[in-house]
Amino acid sequence: MATTALFFVFAGLAIACAISMVYHKNPLYSAISLIGVFVSLSVLYVTLAAPFIAAVQILIYAGAIMVLVVFVIMLLNMEEDKPLNRLRYLYAIGGGLGLILLVQTFFVFYAVMRAPKQAVNTEETIGKTMSIGTAMYTEYLLPVEIVGILLLMAIIGGVILVRKLSQPQMESMVERELERRHEGEDKDDYRIAL
Amino acid sequence: MESVIKTAFPFIVFSIAILLAFQGVLMIVAYTVLAERKVLGWIQGRIGPNRVGPWGVLQPFADLLKFIFKEDLVPDKSTKFVYFLAPIVALTCALLPIVVYPFGPVITTIDWSFLPYGLGDNIRQLPMTIAQIDVGVLFVLGITSVGVYGIALAGWSSNNKYSLMGGLRSSAQMISYELAMGASVIGVVMLAGTLDLNGIINAQINSPFKWFIIPQFIGFIVFLISAFAETNRVPFDLPEAETELVAGFHTEYSALKFALFFMAEYVNMFTVSVMVTVLFLGGWYVPGLGHLLEPGSVPYALVSHVAFIGKICAFLFLYIWIRGTLPRFRFDQLMNFGWKFLLPLALANVILTIIIVFFLNR
Amino acid sequence: MEPSLASYLALSGILFTIGAVGVIFKRNAIGMFMCIELMLNAVNLTFVAFSRYYADVTGQLFVFMVMSVAAAEAAVGLGIIISFFRNRVSVDVDDASILKN
Repeated sequence: MATTALFFVFAGLAIACAISMVYHKNPLYSAISLIGVFVSLSVLYVTLAAPFIAAVQILIYAGAIMVLVVFVIMLLNMEEDKPLNRLRYLYAIGGGLGLILLVQTFFVFYAVMRAPKQAVNTEETIGKTMSIGTAMYTEYLLPVEIVGILLLMAIIGGVILVRKLSQPQMESMVERELERRHEGEDKDDYRIAL
Repeated sequence: MESVIKTAFPFIVFSIAILLAFQGVLMIVAYTVLAERKVLGWIQGRIGPNRVGPWGVLQPFADLLKFIFKEDLVPDKSTKFVYFLAPIVALTCALLPIVVYPFGPVITTIDWSFLPYGLGDNIRQLPMTIAQIDVGVLFVLGITSVGVYGIALAGWSSNNKYSLMGGLRSSAQMISYELAMGASVIGVVMLAGTLDLNGIINAQINSPFKWFIIPQFIGFIVFLISAFAETNRVPFDLPEAETELVAGFHTEYSALKFALFFMAEYVNMFTVSVMVTVLFLGGWYVPGLGHLLEPGSVPYALVSHVAFIGKICAFLFLYIWIRGTLPRFRFDQLMNFGWKFLLPLALANVILTIIIVFFLNR
Repeated sequence: MEPSLASYLALSGILFTIGAVGVIFKRNAIGMFMCIELMLNAVNLTFVAFSRYYADVTGQLFVFMVMSVAAAEAAVGLGIIISFFRNRVSVDVDDASILKN
């Protein structure tokens, strides 16, 4: 009973926040709406008996990713999106495509629900930290390691992308890199290629 | 009638519990403010507030009244919605973790059969925690990390360059030190084998030598330092450095909205003190008390609860003491310290703990 | 009484569609990024709902993977947006047309 009430309140909140995110032109308002979606989804995870995922959702999405996004929005001090005057009719086409996608999604879910596998009554251990940790470090060890490497690559990539280099520094870096790679070859061709 | 009461009973009980806990925490916070002014006064050779009531004990209420009756100024070109949202977010995120604090041991000896309509039939024990969730540590870390928005949005929406600088500095600082804080907790979680705050305390009882401050001393130091940075307190109070930024993110806030930020800061101090106590100092556990009083009885729970509050107050005093003695860092020093010293230290602690736990469990 | 699996799936479908439509409508790179995050979250909800109703922990594990990938995406994506802003002083994807022609 209480679960159903929670579901409808927070499902409505999630949809409202999602629509407001797409609707608002100001990126910061969009970001705040998206945080609302994340928090409502976190409550929904609690109603699905997944407290660990709910806490991680708050910690990673609301606490880390969106802080980064808000930080970038504030740092770049973006102005609002200009209205798209030419190509107005594209909005209608976009909305139509969205409607088709919605119908398709529902159709897929309908097919899945009719699949022979029956829903079983859940044991209480699913969703507890222990069961997730056990599965993570036994059955799914390789994917976890791969995700770890992916995160390391993302860290390095992020640092390299936003590193600020002055023009001479950049040129000398390119020069050195070229010399290292193609000693004795004609450098100029490669510089154009870069 | 009976079924209505049976349905409403849990809601009433939880409402009372929440009311009690929030009221208690807010009273402690109010008196922390007074204690801060008194202690700072003594450190600086002054007397401190002593006009309102005997020894100034009614000062927090006088301050509250003043905040309520001050004029509420709103900057002309601020983004109104965000400007009003920011203090609410800050205080809500500061207060939410209260629901998982383990305020004391479970009481098992009360006989609940005196309750009408058989309400007490299924109650075996009375935990001194509002919500016993499996992932308490993650919950507290997550909610406090959401608190950054309050400060960042306040700085952005005030439309004032000092506020913006303060907000940006503060978000950068809190993001950076959150990492070190999270990494320093991992060691404790590994030793306790659970993310539940009550479970972590239960892993530390029976002997003061089991307190995690001993096996996790590096983690304790890292946690304490990053806790100071997380709460924007001296020596890491860059976001509100008066000499550089006027008052940082809350320059444009006045009256009750400023009071909300002010309270949020002190509630955050309380939260961090609770976390240090629970993670490293055994929470409500008092060495030797189990021999004097029966565990599970009401007096045992009350003495433990008082001990818990006492440990927290010791940390709150440490906060004030450090504020009275240390100067402020420079911003680049702060960032270098967090990323190049604290984070590697915390990670080294994690690896060391992994090795030790591995060999202990063989 | 608990909400059925179908209601969670319906919510997930609606959120996914809103995210997809947002990617079509928005021209601000950060806005598009946020819409993609919304779509990832809709998928996560499906995972957790199935994990609950089939009593299988695998779904929650994959939510964890999706979150890690989203974090990696945030780091790299925002890095790209910042360096793009440095070069073009804009985050409008219409300005990222230097490879055209």
